Amino acid sequence: MWRELQYLIHNFLPAGLQMDITQSYFEFLGLPVSYQLDQQALSERARELQKTLHPDRFSHLSDRERRLSVQYTAYLNEAVATLKNPLTRAQYLLQLEGVDTFSESRVQLDPMFLMQQMELREAVESIPDADDPEAEIEEQLQVVEQQMQELRQQFATFCVQNSPSALEAAAACVRKMQFIDKLGREIELLEDQLFDD
Amino acid sequence: MALLQIAEPGQSPEPHQRKLAVGIDLGTTNSLVATVRSGDAATLADEGGSHLLPSVVRYTEQGVVIGQAALAQASVDPFNTIVSVKRLMGRGAKDLKGLHGEAVYRFADREGGMPFLQTVAGDKSPVEISGEILKTLKARALATLDGELEGAVITVPAYFDDAQRQATKDAAQLAGIKVLRLLNEPTAAAVAYGLDEGAEGVIAVYDLGGGTFDISILRLNKGVFEVLSTGGDSALGGDDFDLALAQWFLEQLGGAEVVAGESRYLTEKARWTKEQLTDNESVRVELDHGGQKVELDVTRELFDGLINDLVGKTVRACRRALKDADVTADEVLEVVMVGGSTRVPLVRSRVEKFFNRKPHIDIDPDRVVAVGAAIQADVLAGNKPDSEMLLLDVLPLSLGLETMGGLAEKVIHRNTSIPVARAQEFTTYQDGQTAMMIHVVQGERELISDCRSLAQFVLRGIPPMAAGAAKIRVSFQVDADGLLSVSAKELSTGVESEIQVKPSYGLADNEIAAMLKASYSNAEEDMQARSLREQQVEADRLLVSLDQAIETDGATLLTAEEIKHLQEQMAILLALRNGEDYKAIEYGVQVLAQASDFFAARRMDQSIKNALKGHSVDEIEGNT
Repeated sequence: MWRELQYLIHNFLPAGLQMDITQSYFEFLGLPVSYQLDQQALSERARELQKTLHPDRFSHLSDRERRLSVQYTAYLNEAVATLKNPLTRAQYLLQLEGVDTFSESRVQLDPMFLMQQMELREAVESIPDADDPEAEIEEQLQVVEQQMQELRQQFATFCVQNSPSALEAAAACVRKMQFIDKLGREIELLEDQLFDD
Repeated sequence: MALLQIAEPGQSPEPHQRKLAVGIDLGTTNSLVATVRSGDAATLADEGGSHLLPSVVRYTEQGVVIGQAALAQASVDPFNTIVSVKRLMGRGAKDLKGLHGEAVYRFADREGGMPFLQTVAGDKSPVEISGEILKTLKARALATLDGELEGAVITVPAYFDDAQRQATKDAAQLAGIKVLRLLNEPTAAAVAYGLDEGAEGVIAVYDLGGGTFDISILRLNKGVFEVLSTGGDSALGGDDFDLALAQWFLEQLGGAEVVAGESRYLTEKARWTKEQLTDNESVRVELDHGGQKVELDVTRELFDGLINDLVGKTVRACRRALKDADVTADEVLEVVMVGGSTRVPLVRSRVEKFFNRKPHIDIDPDRVVAVGAAIQADVLAGNKPDSEMLLLDVLPLSLGLETMGGLAEKVIHRNTSIPVARAQEFTTYQDGQTAMMIHVVQGERELISDCRSLAQFVLRGIPPMAAGAAKIRVSFQVDADGLLSVSAKELSTGVESEIQVKPSYGLADNEIAAMLKASYSNAEEDMQARSLREQQVEADRLLVSLDQAIETDGATLLTAEEIKHLQEQMAILLALRNGEDYKAIEYGVQVLAQASDFFAARRMDQSIKNALKGHSVDEIEGNT
């Protein structure tokens, strides 16, 4: 790795070899720009592109071509991973509209939502002391999933309305999703701690 | 328009024009080499007819002995006879304390993280020792087959981290083998089973070798093998079963102090006992202990009890891998068993119970990985241009950076599809700060000290600015082999920072070069000849692929002037290529590659358009 690293530093890729992709993930994959996504179509397009772009298709060709193919395939994998997940897909759509929720550190959320989340969090924290922690975890995961589903629907609705206020509402939706997603992951982590080893 | 008369590798080769490519299973206990001949993939035997090469290297004053002959002397000459060297690959001296089996070696006191073993032939790194095994396999392939070796697909446990993969690639370099791909062992096994033909759905590959355990969940679809998740333990295998049994022997013998040779003797006896218990319910073992003979009866039940926790650990890893892949045990269509240790009855029964279906054991579990690697090597060498087969892997362990307070911040999560690229931005925290320390780690834990350190480097030459004003972008890129490269750049000024790298484990470039040199008798001349050959091959690749590209796409993607310019550049490189100066050829390759970059990029964009032809335009226009 360190060898490669020195190599990269001293020979920073020339402009010609830098991947030149100005297309969005949707365009790159030949999919309509929309929150509603045909997962089957996504997998099929991804597979077709992998067959064209993957470095293994260039293994008997020159070094340069292999490196270019690594960059393209990396972009493809990033595109697929981002669009596949409903939360990152929503975030990406917002990014295309100029709203960056990927790297925000402090956000304002409505107090009602926060109250609700605090209660949820308390319930999760008391899981290890419950009589049947496994059932308790299952229940909380369902609550999380249900809330996510509602927010996804709201987001999809705001998404198709073309107005600044709808965009703001869609962003608020995503911030809530991020919050709930984090809670979901914490519950899964707790599950691992309680039942593995 | 063909300018050069060089056979294009991808085009319907005559039998004698086939590129020689092999698959190599570099195992903890045994290694194998396989190739595809007249359509069939098979492992290659040595002159004595044996396919398995024991992964044992013995250093003597007269030279190096590899394989069966070395294994025979393992307990007589324990310090010079290295077994299970795979367990030392990419490991640091500190890790060795956890590997009880290897404690018998004498480690040299050296600078740097990589442990060197003291032998009569001098200090040897695990990379060199593995290189000896690879050299033997290469020689076997060349003796059996005709012609020059194009390259090899070498398999590694899916769970190998970056340092372990890099060490494997370095060993191949020492052995003079071009690595076409580092392929994960479970993926190779799935390929060998030919599960792509007709089969569609989710499969699980359970791979328990001598020293490593892997579980991979794959989805098969129209020739594409997509790894969904992978898990395991790179320090758990059949050797641990032997050790558990050897420990029990020792207890029966009264727990006497053991010397190096005797501990090896007991583990060999334990291995024999384990193998007997595969087909027998009980076995009588004779132990020679301090001059007296001791007889012990070992039942399968007793053995199962000794290894039950170890097997349980693998089942838990299966559960986690399913969860990571987001599939249930019921959705798994097929279970494939790989690795000699899956012959242990308890392993089979517990895996069968967990997945609730009979696992595949029809292909010899010792050979299945090498066979799969050979099939992939055949495709990668360009012998099967129409093949639809494509193997897509994931990153087995998260990659991250050290942040304040000794915490690890993940940059790329485990089970992300590779190749992958991610960048992270950092800033300075002091006014006028001109240097920054970056520590790259791999692993799932929160604390840096619990993760594997891959490399540390210092960014220097950051222009002095107010705290927080500099923006340093650190880019991670993982290639299809699972190998990481890192680069860094200061964004506000565009200054590329000078970097000093201190590898945590592994060999630096100059160490590899020195080892290569030392391995030749006429060092200087041989090195020259080899470098010349390598550069000529690289030049040929570039010329052939460009020639082909111009022929197929020149008319549509290039202007007449661009073609003329490229062909002039190609003629220059061809002239250099036929000379003797490898440095000039290397330079010529760089110049031509740069001059043709724009063309490669245009072709890539055209491929994307073609791959999506018929879908994209209407759908996108209809929805924006």
